[in-house]
Amino acid sequence: MIKLTVNGAPRSFDGDPDMPLLWYLRDELGLVGTKFGCGQSLCGACTIHLGGTATRSCTTPISAAADQEVTTIEGLSPDGNHPVQVAWRDLNVAQCGYCQCGQIMQAASLLKDTPKPTDAQIDEQMSGNICRCGTYPRIRAAIHQAAGQAPASKGERL
Amino acid sequence: MIHDAKMMADLAAEAPTRPTLIANVSRRAILGGLGAFVLAVNLRDTAKAETKAQEPAKFGADGMPHGWRDDPKIFVAIAADGRVTVTNHRSDMGQGVRTSVAFVVADELEADWSKVGVVQAWGDEERFGNQDTDGSRSLRHFFQHFRHAGAAAKLMLIQAAAKQWNVPASEVTAENHVLTHAKSKRTLGYGDVAAIAAELPVPARESVVLKDPKAFRYIGKGQIGIIDNRDITTGKAVYGLDTKREGMLYALVARPAVYGGKVVSFDDTETRKVPGVVKVFKIDGGEIPSEFMPLGGVAVVAKNTWAAMKGREALKIVWDDGPNAGYDTDAFRTELEKAARAPGKVVRNQGDVDGAMAKAKTKLTADYFVPHLVQAPMEPPAAVAQVKDGACEAWACTQGPQAAHDRLVKALGLPADKVRVNVTLLGGGFGRKSKPDYVVEAALCSREVGGAPVKLTWTREDDIHHGYYHTISAEHLEAGLDDKGMPVAWLHRSAAPTIGSIFAPDPKHELPFELGMGLVNTPFAVPNIRLENPEAAAHVRIGWFRSVSNIPHAFAIQSFVAELAHAAGRDAKDYLLDLIGPARKIDPTSIGDVWNHGEDPKLYPIDTGRLRRVIETAAGGAGWGRKLEKGRGLGIAGHYSFVTHTAVAAEVEVDPKGGVKVVAVDIAIDCGPQVNPERIRSQMEGAVVMGMGLALTSEITFKNGRAQQNNFDGYEIIRIDAAPKVIRVHLVNSGTWDGPLGGVGEPGVPPVAPAIANAVFAATGRRVRQLPIRDQLSA
Repeated sequence: MIKLTVNGAPRSFDGDPDMPLLWYLRDELGLVGTKFGCGQSLCGACTIHLGGTATRSCTTPISAAADQEVTTIEGLSPDGNHPVQVAWRDLNVAQCGYCQCGQIMQAASLLKDTPKPTDAQIDEQMSGNICRCGTYPRIRAAIHQAAGQAPASKGERL
Repeated sequence: MIHDAKMMADLAAEAPTRPTLIANVSRRAILGGLGAFVLAVNLRDTAKAETKAQEPAKFGADGMPHGWRDDPKIFVAIAADGRVTVTNHRSDMGQGVRTSVAFVVADELEADWSKVGVVQAWGDEERFGNQDTDGSRSLRHFFQHFRHAGAAAKLMLIQAAAKQWNVPASEVTAENHVLTHAKSKRTLGYGDVAAIAAELPVPARESVVLKDPKAFRYIGKGQIGIIDNRDITTGKAVYGLDTKREGMLYALVARPAVYGGKVVSFDDTETRKVPGVVKVFKIDGGEIPSEFMPLGGVAVVAKNTWAAMKGREALKIVWDDGPNAGYDTDAFRTELEKAARAPGKVVRNQGDVDGAMAKAKTKLTADYFVPHLVQAPMEPPAAVAQVKDGACEAWACTQGPQAAHDRLVKALGLPADKVRVNVTLLGGGFGRKSKPDYVVEAALCSREVGGAPVKLTWTREDDIHHGYYHTISAEHLEAGLDDKGMPVAWLHRSAAPTIGSIFAPDPKHELPFELGMGLVNTPFAVPNIRLENPEAAAHVRIGWFRSVSNIPHAFAIQSFVAELAHAAGRDAKDYLLDLIGPARKIDPTSIGDVWNHGEDPKLYPIDTGRLRRVIETAAGGAGWGRKLEKGRGLGIAGHYSFVTHTAVAAEVEVDPKGGVKVVAVDIAIDCGPQVNPERIRSQMEGAVVMGMGLALTSEITFKNGRAQQNNFDGYEIIRIDAAPKVIRVHLVNSGTWDGPLGGVGEPGVPPVAPAIANAVFAATGRRVRQLPIRDQLSA
């Protein structure tokens, strides 16, 4: 029996300990904000926070999360207003939006460790997250904005 | 605002007198024996196409299967509390159509945006009109119709209020969700009269007055956020892969590695030992071409995705690889290039190329190559389906819900009205999700397990190994030049397997819609032009990839132009403009483009003035002609596609080891009236990044019929560290509401790769003639 905490709630799982955290979150808990993109830690769509650090859930067996705190996009902020989420909406970053939960989780982790990142630091920390729609220029701008390095354009959009 | 009324009138007036005979004759001539694919792009069958040929030509939404619906009650609902719900029937894969459609209706309805929501239509073209979301045409085809829906609904609210107050409707105004009778100083909310309004007859189309564009509040403004923004940023947005149903099972399919391969036998002993595996069964693939139907293979259904993955891994399958087992893209490239160097089927002939070529002062020849690509949307193909009690319901990230519906009907043998396809958000599409093979797979799994809903997931490896690939093409160009270095003769041979090959065996030649993507309709002022399409066979499923055949055509043509400019010792931009020639409007049918993206050639002529202007704008934005640092270069390319004009000026830096970095990109677009300029900008930004990927890193190769790439390690696409720090989008002709709309989703892509290749040449003096560039410059 594996015990862990997901978005603040205690959970236990007695299935295959090799099951990637991604499929536990999605199929067992129904937390589908964590996305499947590659299954090989190549695209970052599945990024969650494990013990507060950005982690690829698609290659992390649930056994590795035992007794730890898992945060998914659903638990990033109680009201969905984490500064990164607000900046993402303000700059209309998303196109299809599919990768953006992973991008946001990665960006939130980046800002926690590096509150005022340079472009080079953003590139380094975010290059594991693919966006096929190509929203990268806005991702960069939104991270700077969330870091307070750029003023919010005009509050939330209509 | 009347251009829509004029458009309709023009269409009506022009239709009977339009020279359909000529168009049809040339269409037949070009198609040869391929009648079945006249409208492969529209997926009509032969009979329909043949019948259509006898009828007046129809264009735009009218020319698409099931056209459009003129009934506000289908698209607009107003609740008693005033909440407006707009039904959007086009799939949203990131282009923002759910947002745009909702605010187009809201604007004409004079609605308060905070009270407007959107719901997604299920697949039902009889009810909603055409839903095939490809070809960059959602707003191009439906902008006016959604305006009409909003305006008609507003008129019905006004009539309802007038009835309530017993005053003439002409005295009632609607503004920001409030109906006012100024004389009596009375007001009503939209919700107050919604029920009465719903009982009124829908006003005749001609009686509905659209707003003066000057009064637009949302249309053309760009201040509106993506309607799904909050859901997207909080993980609540539901994509195909996110659908949940009670009692749902999870499935994966092991498919033949080679197109046309079949299961000879399989051993599922180990698979059945995996805890959670519920069912293992064979899916028959049928004969190739497989069209939109499944490839076949062995399905594993389990209690969760992980168990299905482990179960699939444990399968032992004996395959018969079939006729494409020898497909090798290196060898095929040689074959294609050989074909492109020999005469092929003439698809456009103007003047006397051979005579002019013989007399030309000098001659230049070049060959270009573009490999297979795969769309690789971040959400791989996925669907949930439930087949139970003689009915099927599916939930899918599909660009073509009607196509999915029709294939389900065919695969399951159910009556059409017993099959329903619900459309989720799409985590990217780029053409892949217009083919619903994965939806059918999900339904076959559900039927096999006795009716439980089944989620069918494609892994990334599945997506890359079993795609509907972008074609592979060899482009051969020759130009005979005069003493100023300008072409007097132009020969272009384009050899590439056609998308028609997924619909009929071995058609060998490109279809009008492929030839009309920047080959036959290239508007150069050259007296002698001959375009040829040599034969090319397909050995994999060929499918639409964002901007489709425009990619190889634009890469070859716009690279060749820069080569000619260099040979003439001239500035690449000036030379390109001279080659396009003076501003003029060309009837596309006069130069062999019988397709014209399905649009009326009179409404949508090729406008070289607009093409010139986007090129000049991109060049101006990039500071064309300025002195650059060592190792840097500027390149330019312009292209006309999806009845939109685009141009890209790219600045690159090539390091001493041959690494290419794109420093800045200026992209200019003239797509006619701009409904959602903010999303046009985002589409251009995205097109630059996708164009960079195919220019620099992306390629699918085959050996022994098998794709050689597996995931995002081998199939490299652009990441943030390679994305340019500067992408400047120039919206040309913004603010105008004259003329018809052009496409937006795709036209940004084609000019990117040639602009980069031309910039690389400017930086290094080395000409790249094959994509991707990768490490070509390191040697």
